Amino acid sequence: MRHLLSAHDLSREEAVLILDTAAAMAATQQREMKKLPPLRGKTVVNLFFEDSTRTRISFEAAAKRLSADVINFSAKGSSVSKGESLKDTAQTLQAMGADAVVIRHAASGAPHRLATSGWIDAPVINAGDGKHQHPTQALLDAYTMRRHLRGEDAIGSDLAGFRVLVVGDVLHSRVARSNVDLLHTLGAHVTLVAPPTLLPVGVGTWPCEVSYDLDAAVAARPDAIMMLRVQRERMSSAGGGFFPSPQEYSRKYGLDGARLRALGPDALVMHPGPMNRGLEISAEAADSAQAVILEQVTNGVAVRMAVLYLLLAGADDRAGVSTPELVKDSV
Amino acid sequence: MTSGTPARPRPEPGGERVVLDAGDIARATTRIAHEIIERNLGSSDVVLLGIPTRGAFLARRLGERVLRADERDVPLDTLVGTLDITLHRDDLRRRPVRAIEPTTVPAGGIDDKVVVLVDDVLYSGRTVRAALDAVSDLGRPRRVQLAVLVDRGHRELPIRADFVGKNLPTSASEHVSVRLSELDDVDEVAIGKGGDR
Repeated sequence: MRHLLSAHDLSREEAVLILDTAAAMAATQQREMKKLPPLRGKTVVNLFFEDSTRTRISFEAAAKRLSADVINFSAKGSSVSKGESLKDTAQTLQAMGADAVVIRHAASGAPHRLATSGWIDAPVINAGDGKHQHPTQALLDAYTMRRHLRGEDAIGSDLAGFRVLVVGDVLHSRVARSNVDLLHTLGAHVTLVAPPTLLPVGVGTWPCEVSYDLDAAVAARPDAIMMLRVQRERMSSAGGGFFPSPQEYSRKYGLDGARLRALGPDALVMHPGPMNRGLEISAEAADSAQAVILEQVTNGVAVRMAVLYLLLAGADDRAGVSTPELVKDSV
Repeated sequence: MTSGTPARPRPEPGGERVVLDAGDIARATTRIAHEIIERNLGSSDVVLLGIPTRGAFLARRLGERVLRADERDVPLDTLVGTLDITLHRDDLRRRPVRAIEPTTVPAGGIDDKVVVLVDDVLYSGRTVRAALDAVSDLGRPRRVQLAVLVDRGHRELPIRADFVGKNLPTSASEHVSVRLSELDDVDEVAIGKGGDR
């Protein structure tokens, strides 16, 4: 694993290793002393071409807890706003000695381009690209589910046998795509629930089921329900007219108190944030005891620490350094 | 917890020489347990932290003997923990990335306690240096001591053990294999050719 570009690229073993490493990282974050030394002297660049506060500070916290230096590069007010190309930006970062690039971009495939173009040697981590992928979000969601649903036996396990609903704007959601890929790899059964207008063409080929009826899906008592954010600009006819009105969307696809009770008290309520309270999720559901939405944020730091550690801490085999097999002997 | 560590293979006879058998290991462990109690005037302030993988099992064995010899009727987890040192190693960048093992500390923490680090083999001393860093992230013990089953020499840092099962003169071209029944179906320490693995 050189880069983390897509949840689809991860094998079951790689995904479980990341989740297990995240568990170890999360345990260190319970301590008074949260800073760890493995990335001392490494520089992580957060290259954000699209606004994001949560993901950026989560990556920034993760890198700093591992003692890496962090450079934040956002498109606004930078050379990009003066028309610099992705290639020139990448080569500038390379010249400055970046050891890893965390990239968010509005264009699907930008991280892949960066990783495979030869413009830059450093590992590339996709922090969300267009409508394509957001692999660390899927990993933190899987971590959160595994922790709650497996409990004491979480280490080393996958999500085989669990049923997960992903509800809302699948069409525009990289979170949904990444989650379907990763949850399928980990053995969970995913059902997407959305109005037909908010499902992409070709969704029938995805490794999941599709339903238009949230009440029926909830009645099947899934183990977790993940509500996707509805982007407000999609509501008006100017934004594409994907649904007639917020009220109608909320009534048919929102998680309200009645559906929360129909789910039962053991189902996890998840949301990648930021939430539109009263639209896709009611305050009652968002603040309920079974909601793990804030825990998802906490786990995001641990998962990103794990990804940075696994991509950056080991020997750099690109340079032809000999890499003896992994041994745990006392030396 | 030990999923990443396969049992240590037993090579064909002749390639290795067994220097400690199960009885030797049991006696050495018992002696070290008594020495820990003697040195620290009891065991009420002592915390044993085993370094994964085999140090963690040795720490549990030592802990059981310390509680028995000191006639204390408390759960083993109040005395024994494990300390993962992976994130503090100085050779992280020279090897493929390592899996992280869990760290568990007795509920009372380690502040103002006597921490006894437990490992199977003391060699270069680099593992112990990493462990000292890892300990200081967990708290501020009153004192830190080191117990090892085998000291094979060849130190690369100014570190020595307080409690040693056996001093084993070796050449750097040999390797020392500690096998413990919890993982390897047998208790023994053997020397073989082939250098550090």
